[in-house]
Amino acid sequence: MSTTATRVELACNAAGRLVPISVNGKDQRLYEGAIQDNPQGHKAAPAIRSCTQYPENGDKRVPDLETALRKCGLRNGMVISSHHHLRDGDRVAVMALETAGKLGARDLMWFPSASFPSQAAVVDLMEAGVVHHIEGSMNGPLGAYTTQGKMRGVGVLRSHGGRWQAIQDGEVHIDIAVIAAPTADAFGNADGSHGKSACGSLGFALADSMYAERVIVVTDSLVPFPCVPWQIQGNSVDYVVQVDSIGDPGKIVSGTTQITRSPDRLRIAEFVARFLRDAGIMRNGFSFQAGAGGIALAFVDYLRHMMKEDGVKARFVRGGSTRYLVEMLQEGLTDYILDGQTFDLDGVRSIADDPRHVATSPFTSYNFHGKGNFASMVDAVVLGATEVDVNFNANVVTHSDGRLLHGIGGWQNCLFAGCSILAVPSFRDRIPVIVDEVTTITGTGEMIDVVATERGIAINPRRQDLLDAVKGSRLPIRPIQDIQADVEKICGGKPTRPRRTDRPVAIVKWVDGSVLDTVWQLG
Amino acid sequence: MSGLAKAEIMRSGEAGHCGKDVRSDLQVALEARTEGGIEIALESRVAAYYGENILAEARQALADLGLRDAHVTLHDEGALPFVIAARIEAAVRRAGLGQGRRALPDAVPLPAPAARDRLRRSRLYLPGSEPKYFINAGLHAPDAIILDLEDSVYPAEKDAARILARNALRAVDFAGAERTVRINQLPMGLADLEEIISEQPDMVLIPKTERAEQVAEVDAKIAKLKEQHRISRPIWLMPILESALGIENAFAVAASSPNVAAITIGLEDYTADLGVVKTSEGTESLYARTRLVNAARAAGVQAIDSVYGDVADMDGLLRWGQKSRALGFEGMGCVHPMQVAVVHRAFAPTPAEIEKAQKIVAAFDEAQQRGLGVVSLGSKMIDAPVVQRAVKLVKRAKEMGVIP
Repeated sequence: MSTTATRVELACNAAGRLVPISVNGKDQRLYEGAIQDNPQGHKAAPAIRSCTQYPENGDKRVPDLETALRKCGLRNGMVISSHHHLRDGDRVAVMALETAGKLGARDLMWFPSASFPSQAAVVDLMEAGVVHHIEGSMNGPLGAYTTQGKMRGVGVLRSHGGRWQAIQDGEVHIDIAVIAAPTADAFGNADGSHGKSACGSLGFALADSMYAERVIVVTDSLVPFPCVPWQIQGNSVDYVVQVDSIGDPGKIVSGTTQITRSPDRLRIAEFVARFLRDAGIMRNGFSFQAGAGGIALAFVDYLRHMMKEDGVKARFVRGGSTRYLVEMLQEGLTDYILDGQTFDLDGVRSIADDPRHVATSPFTSYNFHGKGNFASMVDAVVLGATEVDVNFNANVVTHSDGRLLHGIGGWQNCLFAGCSILAVPSFRDRIPVIVDEVTTITGTGEMIDVVATERGIAINPRRQDLLDAVKGSRLPIRPIQDIQADVEKICGGKPTRPRRTDRPVAIVKWVDGSVLDTVWQLG
Repeated sequence: MSGLAKAEIMRSGEAGHCGKDVRSDLQVALEARTEGGIEIALESRVAAYYGENILAEARQALADLGLRDAHVTLHDEGALPFVIAARIEAAVRRAGLGQGRRALPDAVPLPAPAARDRLRRSRLYLPGSEPKYFINAGLHAPDAIILDLEDSVYPAEKDAARILARNALRAVDFAGAERTVRINQLPMGLADLEEIISEQPDMVLIPKTERAEQVAEVDAKIAKLKEQHRISRPIWLMPILESALGIENAFAVAASSPNVAAITIGLEDYTADLGVVKTSEGTESLYARTRLVNAARAAGVQAIDSVYGDVADMDGLLRWGQKSRALGFEGMGCVHPMQVAVVHRAFAPTPAEIEKAQKIVAAFDEAQQRGLGVVSLGSKMIDAPVVQRAVKLVKRAKEMGVIP
């Protein structure tokens, strides 16, 4: 109760949102605008180590995770990180936190690159006092626990790029990184493209390996040195632990990713593909990014046919890779796949075998505090959202009723593409997606160009160039207010706003580390 | 509690669906009582946004149906207002109450009446018990939507489906698609008509038609109901021939009423009647289909083909549609919205056909202007039926948006 009793001081940021000025004892910078950024100082770094402190023969194996954590100097209040390349199949993160609990550690901060429903056991660890709070995505049972106000600290949601930025800038100092690796050698070189738990890229763990004070690699497929290729360098690794299984392969990648059969979603996907064509974005040498959601997959399939029809070839496409991107690579419709994560078996095989299918990291793709990043070089990106408002602000983290729904992922970072497109149904069941004001701002209208729904495509009035580009197109281009009016007519009026308290349970960071919005405890 | 203890449960009724996989529907459990007013227990995944609306809509529906004392449990899965009203009405009727009353949702403007020979390339089937498919059906721009009360509705759901279809005709914007209903076989189909005609469907499809008398029976019933509801706009008929006998009587059926605008064939039942296997080439039904086309033309109505059932095979659908057009059909059924665009492609005239037709029409116009009795193109004389076909083709191509 002590945390709830303290009054939280709030301030209004440039997005017009009330946000706490201090979170988990750390002063926060308020959001000042999407590109109002002027970082100072130097990057953070872990302590200097010497090779004399490590075995000369390179064998860093220890018998088990318990030994590794103990040797890493596990203490109360430490920050433990994990990555999410094994998605819902991951066993290592919970294993590490439970082992830490058995060793008597308390008040840990868990710092995953994303969390999944199979990690619901962390709720028990929070109840038991082992984990104090989470900075990372909180969805499913973890999201419910957080929005009910049961977590002791305040959750911090960051984009993939924002997570790199926070680590690099020293906003989060990782004490122990636990890296699940589908293949590794005893030196700690590790990779995700081979092994029985192969997951493709390991890019999300790269910052952890570079900036954490101590690094443990956990693998279920140990190969003799050298593990080739290696995405994680053994030179950053303290200990290697061999286990029977790092995860459930069936949940790490899907056997095959399926295109949606929903006619409305297919319609949205087709609209988006036609938009890229009609707006002239689909041209030789262009690039795009789309995820693995049903609409995104269908979009890729439509676009691919249009590219073939028009004889157009992309220079690169950005994954989340799936069968559909792999087929485009094989058909010569793109020169490269620059892959952040790998969603299905075709993607995993391709990244292992095809040198044109390249693993990337949040540093190359997304980091805002770097000397540029790939995201802003992509011509068009297709994303989802739970809500979009008439000012083109969008929400991906909370449900319209205020419950935490999922993490930010690369979503915020991708908004820097030449044309950012949200592909969303205009309503779900009776819940409008186009609203007056989003529950939680995850990206501001300053960054969002197009909203494609089954009832038409709305272009942000800010993008007169796009409006001009599609003049004469047969696409239903409509003001976003018109689509909203249609939806409200169908749904029977405007929805009521969720009841919430004035207690922050989580904050949403912008890519530069400033606080964009607050998630409130539900009433 | 004291009020409840005194109140007796008179009658009860349930309607609708709920559950994890159900969307845009709700389940209503109603107990009519002798006193105590209206009590509603609501559970809904959209309660946070529309809880008050749902309660108000439910109260309105109960009032419209004349119920003053009842306990109602609503298990809502995001149902829209027209569905809420329909499910409550079905529950009330199943309780044996609300006779002669209706709970009608707000109406959308009635689209313009359909012309007898309007474009009927695609007709999209919507199962009458699945409201989730209704609301966005018009977006896929079929020439017609069919609210199906027949094969896609379980016998126990027929009463509720016809109320739902009625409300959909009234409250859903089908974006210019012809609003049609496939009623049940007679005599049940007559009860369907009692419910739906007040909302002025553009067309009624009569399944398993074998004789002209069946059409006459439907036609008379509709005429009576139109008079009762003071409806003056046309309600067209499309008999579906689904048996060997039906095909034998194709002309008589097609010519049975001036309200018949088209006839069509149901291949699933027809091939079963024949005892043959239905194939994607359709050789086994070629005779029936060509005979139907001929009968339709002889009676001056449109010939409309059956459906292509394999929704994953768009190439097969396109081929079927193109063949079907070549046989003289003007359209076919769609069992999935994604089939609509493919069917429209299949039934569109080719650029070569359009060009030729435009030349013929131009030659005809020129001959008219110059007062010539004979139309000729180059050295060839053009017969009147060819001119007519060309005029129709150009008109259709314009309606289809193939040419400006």
